[in-house]
Amino acid sequence: MMGMNNKDATLFLIVIVLTLLAPFILNPFPTDSAMAQFNAGYPDLMQRFVIFGIFAIGFNILFGLTGYLSFGHAAFLGVGSYSAVWIFKLFTYNVIPAIGLAVVLAGLFALLIGYVSLRRSGIYFSILTLAFAQMSFALAYSVLSNPKFNLTNGETGLQVYADDPQMFHGPNLPDLPHLFGLSMRANHQMSVGAWDFNFNVGYYVCAVIMILAFYLAIRIFRSPFGMMLRAVKSNNTRMTYTGLNARPYALAAFVISGMYAGLAGGLMASVDPLAGAERMQWTASGEVVLMTILGGAGTLIGPILGAGFIKYFENIFSKINESVLHSWFSFLPDGLEDVIVAMVYPFVGKGWHLTLGMLFMLVVIFLPGGLVEGGQRVMKLFGKKKSGSGAKEKSTQSTPAE
Amino acid sequence: MSKSNLTRRGLLKSSAVAGAGLALPTIFTASSASAYMNEPTGGSVTLGFNVPQTGPYADEGADELRAYKLAVKHLNGEGDGGMMTTFSSKALQGNGILGKKVEFVTGDTQTKSDAARASAKSMIEKDGAVMITGGSSSGVAIAVQGLCQEAGIIFMAGLTHSNDTTGKDKKANGFRHFFNAYMSGAALAPVLESQYGADRKAYHLTADYTWGWTQEESIVAATEALGWETIETVKTPLAATDFSSYIAPVLNSGADVLVLNHYGGNMINSINNAVQFGLLDKQVNGKKFEIVVPLYSRLMAQGAGEAVKGVLGSTNWHWSLQDEGSKAFVKSFGTEYGRPPSQAAHTTYCQTLLYADACERAGTFNPCGVVEALEGFEFDGLGNGPTLYRAEDHQCFKDVLVVRGKENPESEFDLLEVVEVTPRAQVEYAPDHPMFAGGNLGECNDGA
Repeated sequence: MMGMNNKDATLFLIVIVLTLLAPFILNPFPTDSAMAQFNAGYPDLMQRFVIFGIFAIGFNILFGLTGYLSFGHAAFLGVGSYSAVWIFKLFTYNVIPAIGLAVVLAGLFALLIGYVSLRRSGIYFSILTLAFAQMSFALAYSVLSNPKFNLTNGETGLQVYADDPQMFHGPNLPDLPHLFGLSMRANHQMSVGAWDFNFNVGYYVCAVIMILAFYLAIRIFRSPFGMMLRAVKSNNTRMTYTGLNARPYALAAFVISGMYAGLAGGLMASVDPLAGAERMQWTASGEVVLMTILGGAGTLIGPILGAGFIKYFENIFSKINESVLHSWFSFLPDGLEDVIVAMVYPFVGKGWHLTLGMLFMLVVIFLPGGLVEGGQRVMKLFGKKKSGSGAKEKSTQSTPAE
Repeated sequence: MSKSNLTRRGLLKSSAVAGAGLALPTIFTASSASAYMNEPTGGSVTLGFNVPQTGPYADEGADELRAYKLAVKHLNGEGDGGMMTTFSSKALQGNGILGKKVEFVTGDTQTKSDAARASAKSMIEKDGAVMITGGSSSGVAIAVQGLCQEAGIIFMAGLTHSNDTTGKDKKANGFRHFFNAYMSGAALAPVLESQYGADRKAYHLTADYTWGWTQEESIVAATEALGWETIETVKTPLAATDFSSYIAPVLNSGADVLVLNHYGGNMINSINNAVQFGLLDKQVNGKKFEIVVPLYSRLMAQGAGEAVKGVLGSTNWHWSLQDEGSKAFVKSFGTEYGRPPSQAAHTTYCQTLLYADACERAGTFNPCGVVEALEGFEFDGLGNGPTLYRAEDHQCFKDVLVVRGKENPESEFDLLEVVEVTPRAQVEYAPDHPMFAGGNLGECNDGA
């Protein structure tokens, strides 16, 4: 179907169903129950799931296929966000031109950085990309935000003011990013019994774009071009000996993944019209590496899973505070309750990094293929059937990430 | 590899599904039934406390959170009532807000605009918070204030000192109790003149971001009005941890005062470097070399230790104040946590009380009602003397404290002594003052 083999098509359909039904799937607990703490079906987090999914899918095209580990991908995300907000400020709140410019500028920027960085491979490549990204961060954070020439608005982040020109902004359009008049923040809450489900325009716009991005990634993975990229990863030297110049392929992969990052950045600005310099920092670049490895580098679905996993931790676990814990364990006798709360507390709330770090270590040690490998093992355990997981098996690299 | 089995029926089916999927969000865009964003319907009301729990300002964040929890206790009628008993407005009954029990959710801003907005959005969208408060950096405050304006939620700013928060970035739904860089300059200038004379040469080291610039601008303007000369202003990267290379040129510049427009960890490092270079023991131009830290906090003094002795600066509030409100707050905070509150704790406690009181007086949680109740509101008894929430820019006007690092501290908390309480009239400015110009409050937004 649509140029995909059956296994990929099945996977693609699963992704479509999961993303479109996400408002139901992510809100499994009634709103007033104690478990509602774990509900993730609110617009902001759902948007983050798919946007970082796009980011990680793109990163995986570079890292999963060619093995080039870029530590500077957040720079492209930032460039995308800034260009989108500038479109909002100067021209219109419509998200289409903003996202378009975000992708184009991020692509050009990736071409520039990739052209220089790809002169080297391995750790030197990683360091070069890291250096470029930190340079971009410093530029955005202070150099390009001085009062005379304010391109990025520094620490505060670039935002839209009421007195910005916005040449094509009409009187009947919402004062927020919109898709042809349909505000990205428009939300409908559907109440079924004790459950509330949120249907958000911004989410569905991002979700449709992610599905398209995912489809494109499948096609790239299965194309002759994708095969060349894998050849770059498995043995670059031999490829050169056979008379092929590997660098244009690697550069193309770099630019494509940079454009994916720009797309994600543009979408981030579209659902929330503010671009902060922190999203270009090396921690943000590291995050997408974590997402990809956690989910399974080189697999199709892995990066999306990894992105969802990390964002869920960041947004749900970080909000469990002491009083929430006390309310959970209030059925215990007083002394015991305090002991249990004191034991659990370091791992939730502000300690969510600790929990995530431990899980990451466990995954890397016991499941080098990431969450996808975990899923495959579970599948094997039950029935030893190939159904569904076949596509993932085929694309999983047996060698762990470099 | 690619196998196409495209049939007419299959195409019809899939396009129908795709069409339904695309149409889904448009069907459901009808606005919800409530009159305004997150209208509390049950027996409780949820407030969102968004503070840095990790990162460079985590100390301030932790103290803010303590104050918020204390305020919630007092609002719900538990504890000794703290400043509710001394507050000039008596609308609060100790039965929650408008009879609804106060509940709260917390989040981590990480002192990053993006993370702070994500956290605030989840409070608004998931937890149904009707007011967001907190923050410990001007960048974060401005970013979250913008979000609250768009979403139709009230934002009560925490620790934010940049002129921009109520200047060019002011918003109708945002309110600031804390003082600002201009007020620091205006309060410090007369004290600097009386202590160090009117003929000084100043050298500025400034954290290179929004807050640093407005701070530098304000102090330069205030000191040059005294007759001081500004030798040079040098920007330092926010991420810098070693300032030796910035301090060394100061020695040969002919300057006799060093102004550190730094905050938090930056200030602790730069002042320690300056003291290590022996700046404070120098005689330049026949005068003793001095260091000024325009924005001071007890938590910073604690971090910098010995280095802050004798150093002048300004602060919003200090626990050693002897008015009724301050005494009640220090007592109540001390009983609860065994330590005196910081200025961050004080301003966030006040903000919570002010919000609750405004709801009571307005008789509603509707943001537009609350804005109306807070604009031009005059009150007393919250530790800063008579205070006005100015309607034009939603900035509080009150006395400002000039403090000095104590030479002989009696305890680990007793690090600053109040040199002067600068009266409110001296730090007031016109809403269209050039340092604050360019902004627009806009209309209040209730998110309906």
